[in-house]
Amino acid sequence: MAAVRTSSEVAFNRAAIVAVLVVTIIFLAPIYWIASTAFKPRNLATTIPPTIVFQPEISPFVKLFTKRSQLRSPPTPEEYAAAPWWERVVFDGGEKIVRDGKGAVQWSGYPNRFMNSLIVAITSTVLAVGMGTFTAYGFSRFRVKGEADLLFFILSTRMLPPVVVAIPMFLMYRAVGLNDSHLGLIILYTAFNLSFSVWLMKGFIDEIPKEYEEAALVDGYTRMEAFFKIVLPEAATGIAATAVFCFITAWNEYAFALIMTNRRAQTAPPFIPSQVGSGLPDWTVIAAGTFLFLLPVAIFTFLLRNHLLRGMSFGAIRK
Amino acid sequence: MTQIELRGVQKFFGAVQVIKDLNLAINDNEFIVLLGQSGCGKTTTLRAIAGLETIDQGDILIDGKPVQHLKAADRDIAMVFQSFSLYPHMNVYENIAFPLRATRKSRSEIDTEVRSVAKTLQITDLLGKKPSALSGGDMQRVAIGRALVRRPKAMLMDEPIGALDAKLREEMRAEIKRLHIKQGSTSIYVTHDQIEAMSLADRIVIMHEGVLQQVGTPDEVYSHPANLFVAQFVGSPVMNVAEAKVAEKASAASVTVGDATAGFEFPQALLSKLNGHAGGQLTLGIRPEGVLVRREATDGFLPVEAQIIEPLGSFDIVDLKVGSKMLRARTKSGFISGPGEKVYARIDPSQAHFFDAASGKSLGVRL
Repeated sequence: MAAVRTSSEVAFNRAAIVAVLVVTIIFLAPIYWIASTAFKPRNLATTIPPTIVFQPEISPFVKLFTKRSQLRSPPTPEEYAAAPWWERVVFDGGEKIVRDGKGAVQWSGYPNRFMNSLIVAITSTVLAVGMGTFTAYGFSRFRVKGEADLLFFILSTRMLPPVVVAIPMFLMYRAVGLNDSHLGLIILYTAFNLSFSVWLMKGFIDEIPKEYEEAALVDGYTRMEAFFKIVLPEAATGIAATAVFCFITAWNEYAFALIMTNRRAQTAPPFIPSQVGSGLPDWTVIAAGTFLFLLPVAIFTFLLRNHLLRGMSFGAIRK
Repeated sequence: MTQIELRGVQKFFGAVQVIKDLNLAINDNEFIVLLGQSGCGKTTTLRAIAGLETIDQGDILIDGKPVQHLKAADRDIAMVFQSFSLYPHMNVYENIAFPLRATRKSRSEIDTEVRSVAKTLQITDLLGKKPSALSGGDMQRVAIGRALVRRPKAMLMDEPIGALDAKLREEMRAEIKRLHIKQGSTSIYVTHDQIEAMSLADRIVIMHEGVLQQVGTPDEVYSHPANLFVAQFVGSPVMNVAEAKVAEKASAASVTVGDATAGFEFPQALLSKLNGHAGGQLTLGIRPEGVLVRREATDGFLPVEAQIIEPLGSFDIVDLKVGSKMLRARTKSGFISGPGEKVYARIDPSQAHFFDAASGKSLGVRL
């Protein structure tokens, strides 16, 4: 039987749908802007009003991943014709391709920076979530002296903006040789995320009835085995949620990456704006770099969406 | 062959002593029920035997060996929890197989044993299901299966059917009893439900505020309660308890309840059996079925007034006013037509219990 609705309910529902659509458009507009600019020819990137319909091309990505060397004279038509397609893109036609190894088309700094971002974000996320889960388990299951004070102390590390300590950290890092290193950033991001991860995981582990582990203990397992076989699978939802948040924090971190790194361990966030450089910036290349930078977080979140959405209660414990 | 013995067990939670000098010997294949109100220490005792709780003093012996320093995993004991605690991420098969996987048994051995336990419990068709898809009764069967599959030295059960509804509870109670008779293992069962305790136990252990009150067969505990607590805790409807005075009257004993003017007639032997307590503070305990009711005046019966009648189907419970005191009597259903009716009552001396009012201890009078 169809539900009976009054006309005011119908009107309210329609208004709600319109409101949701408007909000969605507002949220998605910047992403669309970045994504579309990443596929635009350079001359269409800054038109007013913005170009909505255009022939997409991948030249911004080619430029993003390559850099061109100093050139002395334009290439001859034969050289230009013999060049592969990506070199022709980079040289925008008309400039000479130098093939002596010093001035040819090379990889730009972007792939390395991107890889650095992945290394630093993934490692620090694994460390922060791993240590956080163990710590939270300890706080959740054992009587710890001064538990409340310790937990407050752990949280208090988040009570000032991290940038406040940037300069002293930089001096300390330089003294011990950790600046511009993967290890340095990994330690830093792990430390930022750890308190958050401990608190979040404690909430999730508190929710897991301790009878599960007790059952496993009586069934002949050690506490460690019970932790890995029972608690971890039960906490998967919480671990996934915590990992997403830690990963996003580490992936997007800008200020420390800018101060602590310059070449070897530099991550993508400080690198992308540095490409604006002097003269006319090529916004399509910056948009391409930003667009690619958005993808890992989007993919990571998408892969874990079931865990993020799934409720904690499974209905196997009767309270 | 598994005997379990507790010797002088004490347990504190902070400043609160939850088990006070507990001594108990449990025989092989015995079904012991720990009975008491919530907070009486029965669950703590069970968890201490399982190894989930440490004890502060005393010994826990399994087959004569002290185990209080052994981890739960090394005691070879299985436990069924009130919440069932089925691992939600494993299906029924995996849940039952889980204790066996800790023992390095081969895959085929595990499979054989899981299927044999599932067959015993009639849950073979559930093996592929997740716990969340099971009904309460099935969850409990799986939890019992998980406990049985390892053939442990002893089975501990912590209110295993407390979370089920009344009808299912009755079914499962019978099933647990059947299973115990069939499999025969030393079992300790915790409950606050005296009907469960009476129907299941070989011996009942009644606890109150951490102190063991009485150990005995259901019949002993019911017929000869050691003290007022046991007398009132076991049995439904609850035993009548009233202050009583005993006097000698024309070669018989007369027991006066509360401030009533006339006393109930008892054999003279009562006086000698009370052993000098007759003049002191006494409490009379009589179960409703020990209060005999007649509709016409009968020799030895006192006139009383019926106040409230609770029809319970097969019988009625009638509140009779004796002086200012109420005595609840059990009568045939419809025996008394309505409140206010004058009837005649007496106390069956063979069912009467006498307690020392100060200590609450039974005086052990049997007439």
